[in-house]
Amino acid sequence: MSEIKTQKITFKVFRFNSETDYLPNYIDYELEVTHEEVVLDILNRIKWGMDGSLSYRRSCRHGICGICSVKVAGKAILACKENVLSLVAAFGTELVIEPLSIKRAMKDLIIDKGDFWSKHDQIKPYLISEIEEYPETENLVTPQQAEALNEADYCIQCGACHYSCPALEINEQFIGPAAFAKAFRFEADVRDEAGNERLNIINAPEEGVWDCVKCMECAEVCPKDVNPIEKITQLHNMVFSAGVAKNNIATRHAVYFKDSIAKHGQLNEAGLVIYSEKGYGMYKHLKVGARMIAKGKAHINPFIVPKSDKMDEIAKLVKSSSSAKF
Amino acid sequence: MSTLKYALFTGCTARQSTPEQMMSTMAIAEKMGIELEILEEATCCGASHLQDFDDFLSLVLNARNICYAEKRGMTMVTICNTCQLNTMMTKRRLDKDPELKARVNEKLAEVGLEYKGESEIKHFLYAIIDDFGLENLKKMVVKPLSQFNIAPFYGCHNIRPSEIHEESNGHENAYAPRSLDDLILACGGVSVNYAEKNKCCGFHAELQAPHTAAVLTGNAIMGAMDNNADWMVTPCPLCHLKLDTQYEHASKAVGREVKLPVLHMQQMIGLAFGISGKELGLQHHVSEVNFV
Repeated sequence: MSEIKTQKITFKVFRFNSETDYLPNYIDYELEVTHEEVVLDILNRIKWGMDGSLSYRRSCRHGICGICSVKVAGKAILACKENVLSLVAAFGTELVIEPLSIKRAMKDLIIDKGDFWSKHDQIKPYLISEIEEYPETENLVTPQQAEALNEADYCIQCGACHYSCPALEINEQFIGPAAFAKAFRFEADVRDEAGNERLNIINAPEEGVWDCVKCMECAEVCPKDVNPIEKITQLHNMVFSAGVAKNNIATRHAVYFKDSIAKHGQLNEAGLVIYSEKGYGMYKHLKVGARMIAKGKAHINPFIVPKSDKMDEIAKLVKSSSSAKF
Repeated sequence: MSTLKYALFTGCTARQSTPEQMMSTMAIAEKMGIELEILEEATCCGASHLQDFDDFLSLVLNARNICYAEKRGMTMVTICNTCQLNTMMTKRRLDKDPELKARVNEKLAEVGLEYKGESEIKHFLYAIIDDFGLENLKKMVVKPLSQFNIAPFYGCHNIRPSEIHEESNGHENAYAPRSLDDLILACGGVSVNYAEKNKCCGFHAELQAPHTAAVLTGNAIMGAMDNNADWMVTPCPLCHLKLDTQYEHASKAVGREVKLPVLHMQQMIGLAFGISGKELGLQHHVSEVNFV
């Protein structure tokens, strides 16, 4: 029998006790790692063989309970799913293991996930429906109707996207990708009768979908391939199709692309700002605009826009392909 | 090496707010013997916003753009990360969903076009690395940028989601990207490592969420400054615009003066090739380029 190959890896593990410590510290653990081991194996080996005081959450060990998520080298992962040597290939032989959110650390890798749950609570994460108390038949959902959920129901609420979202990091009012995906999951459910109730929540300025910065991190980080940004786009579409889109800077910003393309083929960049700001909001951009004009980055006349070739064709396509209303 | 020929999808920004990006793209392509045929028929890609309003229209327009690269039998090269993402996202969705592709083609047929899915779509950064080769690029460097610490700023839409990009971006790891660092090294520069290099600049939320956007911009420039960068370089004109023009809002948001020159990747290559700053459009920057 051949010997199992191992590689020596240093794990720098975040240690902190919110009840006794003022600042966290990082403790190095050196371990020989095999190609089969996942991050959770390492945490278990540290706890059981090296330092019993290490705290972290673990449960199913099969990537379905969502409890063991941590950050390794800044990347949010499920500890029970992520192979250590694949992390080594990307980040080198010294791996920093931290809680999902350092500012929410309670004990070592355990965080207070209260904000995560309150965001879920906010979007009413349940079927809103008049259900007969004593139904005589099952409530049937066809396979096609179930497909409309677009795998949003695969979410295991691990918090990887929530605690990787830069918009949420800055604006704590923002609902965030996980709760948006959950909102979509119920909005897309044929049995749901929430009407505009839930859409109005995710449509609110500062809290809702409009504050997404489109960094695609939630799609990248999700260990279950839920692709929250895709659901956020679908929620945007639902807001328009349900007719609850308010006439505000964010909606005008999205709508203007169509108008500009129909007219110029290109986006009129200055026009986009003027239209979104409804003219009078332009005072915010005068200084930057003046600098851009001075440097030849913008034209003094915002209505001079380069045009695509074949404008007839473009205008025709926009007209025949577009059904969205604002 | 046979001549490299691409269909160039300029996007809107290179024709409007970043004329220097167009100038420098053409200048280095000429030096490198790369033929770029501009897709004059192409429309705006929708910039990740049109699909929020009208997803199907966004698909039709992006598919149409690809059609014109297919007609020329060429790989489409983009010079904007967001154009790359939107075009690639359309291609992925149509290639894996025959029903959706048929619906889009029904519309395209009205103007005599058909999306086939034959053209590759690559950002110029990866065309340079994969097709031209950094070794060949190194041979052309006459003014190595060895006196500069250069902070690479990757831009979200070239690296995430990696599932969409992996075939066109050399399987770049979104958490530990290498391409732009390698390009800096090939130009003789010193690449600066900092936490924000693969983070968001905030561009897409600038109007809707100005505070969030300004903090992101501030964090990015601050990260580069704190790691001794002399300037930043980016393959994305939208990142460039945000970092180059919005330093005042960013400074206010992070409570500290943040400002650095932000070059387009093409300008960096051009400088290493010995092309003049004027030809590369350095005079068009709002955060003045004061080192050339």
